[in-house]
Amino acid sequence: MKLHEADAKSLLLAQGLPVPAWEVAHTAAEVRSAAERFLAAGPVGGKVVIKAQVLIGGRGKAGGVKLAGSPDEAEVIASQILGMDIKGMTVRKVLVGPAADIVKEYYLSAVLDRAERKILLMGSAEGGVEIETVAEEHPEAIVRRHADPLLGLLPFQARELAFAMGLGAHLKAAVAIAQGLVTTMRHYDADLVEINPLAIILESEPGGTPVERLVCLDAKITLDDSALGRHPGLEDLRDPDEEAPEDKEAREAGLTFIKLDGTIGCMVNGAGLAMTTMDLVKRAGGEPANFLDIGGGARADKVAHAMRLILADPKVNAILVNIFGGITRGDEVARGLIEARAQQTRDVPMVVRIVGTNAAEAAVLLEEARFQTASSLDDAAAKAVAASRSEGTPA
Amino acid sequence: MSILVGRETRLVVQGITGREGGFHAAASRAYGTNLVAGVTPGKGGQTALDGAVPVFDTVTDAVRETGANTSLIFVPAAGAPDAVMEAADAGIATIFCITEGIPALDMIAAVEVVRAHGARLIGPNCPGATSPGRAKVGIIPGDIHREGRVGMVSRSGTLTYEAVQAMTDAGLGQSTCVGIGGDPIIGTTFLDVLQLFAADDETDAIVLIGEIGGASEEAAAAWAGEHLRDVPKVAFIAGRTAPEGKRMGHAGAIISGGAGTAASKVEALEAAGFRVAGSPTELPGLLRDAGYRG
Repeated sequence: MKLHEADAKSLLLAQGLPVPAWEVAHTAAEVRSAAERFLAAGPVGGKVVIKAQVLIGGRGKAGGVKLAGSPDEAEVIASQILGMDIKGMTVRKVLVGPAADIVKEYYLSAVLDRAERKILLMGSAEGGVEIETVAEEHPEAIVRRHADPLLGLLPFQARELAFAMGLGAHLKAAVAIAQGLVTTMRHYDADLVEINPLAIILESEPGGTPVERLVCLDAKITLDDSALGRHPGLEDLRDPDEEAPEDKEAREAGLTFIKLDGTIGCMVNGAGLAMTTMDLVKRAGGEPANFLDIGGGARADKVAHAMRLILADPKVNAILVNIFGGITRGDEVARGLIEARAQQTRDVPMVVRIVGTNAAEAAVLLEEARFQTASSLDDAAAKAVAASRSEGTPA
Repeated sequence: MSILVGRETRLVVQGITGREGGFHAAASRAYGTNLVAGVTPGKGGQTALDGAVPVFDTVTDAVRETGANTSLIFVPAAGAPDAVMEAADAGIATIFCITEGIPALDMIAAVEVVRAHGARLIGPNCPGATSPGRAKVGIIPGDIHREGRVGMVSRSGTLTYEAVQAMTDAGLGQSTCVGIGGDPIIGTTFLDVLQLFAADDETDAIVLIGEIGGASEEAAAAWAGEHLRDVPKVAFIAGRTAPEGKRMGHAGAIISGGAGTAASKVEALEAAGFRVAGSPTELPGLLRDAGYRG
């Protein structure tokens, strides 16, 4: 589960990391009053920043991040950003905060290293740009250190990282932030904690001259979906606007469903086989409408639920069901298909392939109910594509 | 010899008194696997599978009383990493964890403990392994196999069955079929299994079934290109049509930042001498084309 910048910053702050102040606003009027408060504090540079809160990268380039020097200007900019479409996502809220006076930008992240099976810290003195770009153009500019798999990031490891990133002048803060990233990751079961940029900024001391401070200017956190169950509070951070209704319905029904653009609905047991089924539909000249894994041991009601999800997509004009029974019993799936068809509101051609556990019983049921069946996966894909073509594209 | 499981396997099932654990323990035993014990804390002294298998409170007890050397874990996600570490600590050499939905960071610690004990973990979120005609440890249906000399390794469950069935239908038997699991953090990688197959005198050809996400297929390909040059080998990669940034069911099956694509894996495998199939049903034919005569 991806978190918005503002929520990610809240988690970092809760773990004691330095994050400049911010407020979240949903209307231009809210942005105006937040800007008034921040500007009254007299930030270095005298401006506020307004940042679109969308769960996708490239906000700045899309015009979703802007500065304002007055409450009036903040209100105007907010009215432009709110409601803006960024790569298909509508901006429904913005983050407002004092615009930082940046001295230098860095990059720091904690990720899962699958190959080493450890948490990997990646740092770079080239902040503010995507790490993938740095990795491609200046791979030597990225510093890597693995956290200890049992103890986390040890102080000496954090020091090595800080010195290698050129943060010796801010050693104490850099060590605290690097360790804080790993602490945050472990505390909330995150897959990714990314600070880009981590920045040295100028902050005004009350009545004094500006001082340099190392802070987390932006934050990105992705949570491990498998661990959400033991962090009930974090479920509240899920943005209901960012999840399509069918995705939510599927998640709550225990199905894994990902909507795609094609016309052939797919229902499969097992993730690898579901991907393969999509690939073979494409190879046979069709376009899959979805990825759908009904999981192991699915019963008839789950199958019927899956069918409703597929048919809710008006573009779907053919359905391919591919089940390799292991834990899942083929006759259960067949019963679910028969039940689903009795309930469905529109008639869509369906090709069914059921092999493995109780396939013979399933075959009898499907034959009685006059389903079109297929023996091999390739055959099933070809038949589904042919059925989709003969239906044509619905208006 | 076969790899990981065989006639020398002495199996303990952790979670044998649960519904899944009991069902698959019975199926493994019916296949001919030497099932010596079950473990469920608090049920020590009872028996499972109609009195056929003694149940112990701890894995240590099971090892001491029965000489178990291999464990199969059906414990729910919240307790599974602990079950893995318990098995390693009890001296179990080969640990299969079927459980899915385990938080990734829990597995980082568990994998480290397993490594420190010199044990081997397969999974989690895997279907186990079968050495046809000898032993089956896990949930792969027993009747899809045929005895032979092709080593098969896969990240998936039902897709593995599909590929095994295709091989069996074509008359190509298997030495061992291993499912390594679809999670981001797993105990045994493709590369580890290829190294085991390379050292196995009863495996003459390789089938590798990968999918999008991570770079473990690429790592295995690089090694195979150097060390398995003369071994007939074929592969299939699932997820050519998967969109970027979406987790395709398996926690580990995601293309992120342009990495982990099917194209990258296919390219690496072909460069290493694998013939890559467009469908699982093409695997047997391609293996014959690669010179396999088994």
